[in-house]
Amino acid sequence: MNYYELLPNSSKKSLYRLMVLSRKFELKVDELYMKGMVHGTTHLGIGQEANHAGASPALSELDWIFTSHRGHGHFLAKGGSAYSLMAELFGLESGINKGLGGSMHLTDTANRNMGASGIVAGDIPIAVGAALALKRQKQGAIATVFFGDGACNQGMALEAFNLASIWEAPVLFFCENNQYAISSAYNDFAGGQDFPLRAKSFGIPSKKIDGNDISEVYSSVMAASEYIRENNSPYFIESLTYRQVGHSKSDQRKYRSRQEEAMWAEKCPIARNRAYLTSCLAASADELDAIDSEIDAEIDRALQSCISEMQAGGFLNMHDAMKLAGSEKPAQKAPLAKSKL
Amino acid sequence: MNISYSQAIRDGLREALMEDESVVLIGEDIGLYGGSFGVTRGLIEEFSSDRIIDAPISETAFTGAAVGMAIMGMRPIVEIMFGDFTTLALDPIINHAAKYPFMSGGQVSVPLVVRTPFGSGTGAAAQHSQTLESLFLNTPGLKIVSPATPCDAKGLLRSAIADDEPVMFFENKLLYRQMGEVPQSPYSIPIGIAQTMREGSDITLISWSRMALVCMQAAELLSGAGISAEVIDLRSLRPLDTQAICDSVKKTSRAIIAYEAPEFGAFGGEISAAIMESEAFYYLDQPVRRMGGAEMPVPYSPSLEKQVAPTAEQIYLAASQMVRN
Ligand SMILES: Cc1ncc(C[n+]2csc(CCOP(=O)(O)OP(=O)(O)O)c2C)c(N)n1
Ligand SMILES: [Mg+2]
Repeated sequence: MNYYELLPNSSKKSLYRLMVLSRKFELKVDELYMKGMVHGTTHLGIGQEANHAGASPALSELDWIFTSHRGHGHFLAKGGSAYSLMAELFGLESGINKGLGGSMHLTDTANRNMGASGIVAGDIPIAVGAALALKRQKQGAIATVFFGDGACNQGMALEAFNLASIWEAPVLFFCENNQYAISSAYNDFAGGQDFPLRAKSFGIPSKKIDGNDISEVYSSVMAASEYIRENNSPYFIESLTYRQVGHSKSDQRKYRSRQEEAMWAEKCPIARNRAYLTSCLAASADELDAIDSEIDAEIDRALQSCISEMQAGGFLNMHDAMKLAGSEKPAQKAPLAKSKL
Repeated sequence: MNISYSQAIRDGLREALMEDESVVLIGEDIGLYGGSFGVTRGLIEEFSSDRIIDAPISETAFTGAAVGMAIMGMRPIVEIMFGDFTTLALDPIINHAAKYPFMSGGQVSVPLVVRTPFGSGTGAAAQHSQTLESLFLNTPGLKIVSPATPCDAKGLLRSAIADDEPVMFFENKLLYRQMGEVPQSPYSIPIGIAQTMREGSDITLISWSRMALVCMQAAELLSGAGISAEVIDLRSLRPLDTQAICDSVKKTSRAIIAYEAPEFGAFGGEISAAIMESEAFYYLDQPVRRMGGAEMPVPYSPSLEKQVAPTAEQIYLAASQMVRN
């Protein structure tokens, strides 16, 4: 069944909106990093938006998600605001994690986004444990964990698949196969090149989908989450996609051809969805344009607030940071003296 | 009542399992088998496999899963069969459990306990005999306890389970059969407070876990030679009760820090630094002395294995030298 087709036009438009929000937000972030206005590093999901925007809306409100270092889009799609995300990237106290997490650690418990691990595959076992806790709470909630093709080669991912299987954890493993782990091509680095088969070998049903088609992502996550809820056991989705940009801001992309990139640019999930929505008359081009400019304004407002907070020095102080670290006060040091007391 | 160290831990686990539905145990062979050292024996009969969860040999993943349970509000207690195998669980402990509360700006807490036994003396050789506490000590966000007596083991375990931060609970294989007095009714001992096991005036012997008992033996030998040694059992390594250490050293003006881990780069250096940076420095009569384990992997041969950790005689000799000088 294609659940996406069954959606009212308004919902289809809000899914489109989530993709555009992620895209425009990240383009802005890229620009800010390049200008040196934001520090650290960032991993953009440009080209992969159908995954973030298609998956979370297909989950129930009670469900939790766990993300990866490439998690801006997932944060927004699970209901986080562009402002609290932008503020986090600026390191402001008003950021979703008070500026203590940054781009790679975006926990938003109010929206049931447990956030990201910067350790590749690090939160796959954690999501399995969380799913087991949710199962005990008996509210029908499940956990979804997003990770990349590279993460599938990590020992703890394979251990976690096994745990989920033998302990029957209600968890959705969502592998965004963007075909590269930094410079390592999935074709050369993933033995067997068949992640669904890896899942099956642990007794976990699995499916490979087109990750640049939001309709397929939404539908597949709907079906998978129904399966997980009914059977109280895991499911695995491999979603084939492509990051249209470098791994992080310093990436010169020597490991792949411009030709390959152009081929995948043709499959841009946003352009595809736009064409679909207008051709089936779910939305007019004018309506979609209006959504686009609304988002521009939203991002601009978020940015302006962050800039003025920056100027006002809106950062957490060391004292409060120490409190959040749970650190005891350092021991009192003796005053310096020339001779014995 | 007089019970063994492992019985005390088992009792602490049982009380917590009875009081709080969200407490579960996770580890390898902890169910019917009762754990490699028998600590969890009998618990599965009482609480079922729903609460006493046998895990496959996947330390990284099941410790990670316990972190996942903890952030969702459960109170999981992980048993890592041998302390040496904590190396396989360092990622979930150091990079995740210890970081979640901070990185999330305080949105998430991690009420997790990881129990594991350290120590040589069982003939298990280099990969089953280490004392690896210093791997964890440099990580803000973790609490670390390492009890020496049955009473402290149970009391600190109850505090560890009730704590909203992750706590590393380091046991010692040779202590499991040690007997000791334990209160009849439930109790807990706060984390972060050292215990003076014996009062003295000439020298302070600072230690924790099994070595605290070795220091007690050394103090006995010293008293035979007319030297009065004070013995401090730290019980908690992080947070550390520097006050107790420094007060004692100000009184005795001499200190030996005795521990089982190889001497170099271990926790003894931190305690020495705590003394040197405090007022106690001005009271010192002799340089502070660390007496750690030998700089080698734990050897198999019994005659060598006996010599890797400091003995009561060695501590006695060093202490009498420091006092007589
Ligand atoms: C344990 C670990 N090893 C290496 C890294 C450095 N690193 C960050 S992202 C990345 C690639 C991950 O690839 P993949 O899982 O495919 O996710 P993608 O970046 O493509 O979204 C690597 C190697 C890390 N963060 N953690
Ligand atoms: Mg990848």
